[in-house]
Amino acid sequence: MKGRTIAVVLNAGLVFLALITLTPVVWMVSASFMIPGEASTAPLHFFPAHPTLEHYQVLAERLHVGRYFLNSFIIASAVTLISLVFNSMAGFVFAKYQFPGRDKLFRFLLAGMIVPAQVTMLPLFLMLKSMGLINTYVGVIIPGLASIFGIFLIRQFAGSIPDSLIEAARIDGASEFKVYRSVVLPLCKPILLTLALFTFMGTWNDFMWPLIVMTDNANYTLPVAIANLKGEHLLDLELMMAGSVVTILPVLILFLAFQRHYVRGIMVGGVKE
Amino acid sequence: MVGGKKQKTMSRRAGMRSYDNHTAAAWLFLAPSLTAIAIFFVIPVLSALVMSFTDFDIYAVGNLNVVRFMGFRNYTRIFETPLFWKALRNTFYFVLVGGPLSVAVSLGTALMVNSKLARFKPFYRTVYFLPVVTSLVAVAVVWRYLYHPAHGLLNLALSYFGVAPIDWLGNPDIAMPAIVVLAVWKNFGYNMLIFIAGLQNIPEDLYEAAHIDGAGGWRQFVDITIPMLAPTTVFVVMITIIGYFQLFAEPYIMTEGGPMNATMSVVLMMYEQGFRWWNMGFAAAIAFVLFAVILIFSILQLIIQRRLQQ
Repeated sequence: MKGRTIAVVLNAGLVFLALITLTPVVWMVSASFMIPGEASTAPLHFFPAHPTLEHYQVLAERLHVGRYFLNSFIIASAVTLISLVFNSMAGFVFAKYQFPGRDKLFRFLLAGMIVPAQVTMLPLFLMLKSMGLINTYVGVIIPGLASIFGIFLIRQFAGSIPDSLIEAARIDGASEFKVYRSVVLPLCKPILLTLALFTFMGTWNDFMWPLIVMTDNANYTLPVAIANLKGEHLLDLELMMAGSVVTILPVLILFLAFQRHYVRGIMVGGVKE
Repeated sequence: MVGGKKQKTMSRRAGMRSYDNHTAAAWLFLAPSLTAIAIFFVIPVLSALVMSFTDFDIYAVGNLNVVRFMGFRNYTRIFETPLFWKALRNTFYFVLVGGPLSVAVSLGTALMVNSKLARFKPFYRTVYFLPVVTSLVAVAVVWRYLYHPAHGLLNLALSYFGVAPIDWLGNPDIAMPAIVVLAVWKNFGYNMLIFIAGLQNIPEDLYEAAHIDGAGGWRQFVDITIPMLAPTTVFVVMITIIGYFQLFAEPYIMTEGGPMNATMSVVLMMYEQGFRWWNMGFAAAIAFVLFAVILIFSILQLIIQRRLQQ
């Protein structure tokens, strides 16, 4: 009997927590379909009385949300593709090659993870400015070209590839690049997918760096555009909710579709050395 | 003698040829990422350090020749600036209140979801994780409306319980706690997953043995779960603290550092000094003070971790 009571309380707690977690997200979606002013009028109501798409229309036609979406998409895709190649090559080396200084180098990289990104931003901005890369895609992409976390993740996974497979390919006359391309990469597919999700979603949601680099409205990524929109349209609650939905929805769908792969990254990353 | 030496070299060459090839290949594979990290990470960190000892400002952005070294003047100026102390105190509040709260909620949720009595576990795991993948800027915008004193959802809901409207983000005493609540809501799912993995790594027979010895649920929790989870907890606390020290987007979007600088954070101050007023030398010094604080905390964590392993 006592166990039964505990079970009821526990499951009620889970439901309650789920409600708290979901309420802001559901309200955001719901309010984005309300007519102007409806979400901020008492008495409290949660769902639109007369659902409308007008805010999405305004976002698309007058506020160029398609442009921001494209900017975010191009930047996140480019960072994902390039860093996947760079990180996988480095991760493979740290897992499978022996050479003097390897472990020292790897420890040096790991130690670098402790440096907050903000420390690099001021000189990086000046560097990009002198190269004429401020307000360009390349400028936003550059700090994401390689990531120490990505290298670490690949190394953890590639370590489990049997040496005999690599040796066998070498005996068959495969070049080192061929070994990487035809043996290591296919076997690393699961972790590559995980890392791709992490990188894409992280870049999509990144705020501070694109805020600094993109000075021209037309080049804003979605989070920067939303932050900027807030300045002029703070009173248009329903419109701002629609903008938030557009920003959140793509990564939310990605996450729900590839949940299992995303979660694995946290588990592997969370395992201590 | 000479011939013997030559022979030795030759045989070593033959034996090492594949080894040398491998080393060359290794460095080629490393080249792209190491180059990127060196140019766009290591050099900027070192430059920022140099910059923090100069009067780099808006004139220097146009003409590097006007930059002058001024020793530790930026650092002494930082500590003479009341706003910096305010920002540091706010950031510490966020880290030391928000961090433990977030870890506690994560651990509590992980225990609940992992319990044998819980139903629909995968569903709850997904739901609790959803806020983690959302864009912080977008949810900060949403929460800004939820917190609205006159017609925010939160005050409307509270009014049914007879609670008078609260100015969540407008009251200097409540604004920071309100941001902490948003941060915990957004982040707890991440650490929850790490805790669930940690819980699942605890061997089941430990609990069975304790059960046979007559230990109840609470005793098992204190004697088995807590010690077995200690390494995971140290790791989780460490990544949470490092992340929380970098508080930026929440105050930038929700309060702009206000009211009365009650939510001004170190990174927000660095951003404003560096990229709004172009006091880049001063901003670089702020960044390094933040780095030093994070470093001290990380070293403390490592010491605790070592102790636990012994």
